[in-house]
Amino acid sequence: MMFAAAALALLVALGLALLRALAGPTVFDRALAANSIGTLAMMMLAVFGFLTGRPEFLDLAILYGLLNLVGTIALLKFFRVGDLGDPGEPEARG
Amino acid sequence: MSAALDALSWALLVAGGAFCVVGALGLVRLRGFFPRTHAASVIDSAGAGLLLAGMLLQAGWTLVAFKLAAIGVLIFFASPTGTHALANAALARGLKLEDHGEAPSKH
Repeated sequence: MMFAAAALALLVALGLALLRALAGPTVFDRALAANSIGTLAMMMLAVFGFLTGRPEFLDLAILYGLLNLVGTIALLKFFRVGDLGDPGEPEARG
Repeated sequence: MSAALDALSWALLVAGGAFCVVGALGLVRLRGFFPRTHAASVIDSAGAGLLLAGMLLQAGWTLVAFKLAAIGVLIFFASPTGTHALANAALARGLKLEDHGEAPSKH
């Protein structure tokens, strides 16, 4: 029952974040919303695992989190320098 | 003992869900990209942290608890990194700090 309440709150939050991802005027707003959706989806997977009594869903949540980080960084690098293979700016390299 | 643990778990899960909803509401309602990063970090820190703590109490000393802790560590390190990269990229692409809403300070 407690997990159902948490899942309901997470669904509402996911809907609101999706609204921002659809509406966001700049690409960074969309990327921020996608990042938040990733975190909320991780929590949703974990709560869903407890809700159905199958904690194996936690492995999916870990995998989703790792992919979310890599995806966000790759997307940002693409929109910052326009090329995924670029070594970056001189000051960023130290 | 179990009832007390359940009550504490209830409180943590409800608080975590509430913080998630508040953060998402801020993501929708706040004006401008840089204010919205604050709302996103509410989801990542308070929302996810409290939810994980609530689930950790229900898991007991098992492998499930370790996985939950691993998720917590992952979020702890990955989410500020992602938000910093995001804000850095937005700043590098020329998104102005003072363009949006009622920014309190002048730069």
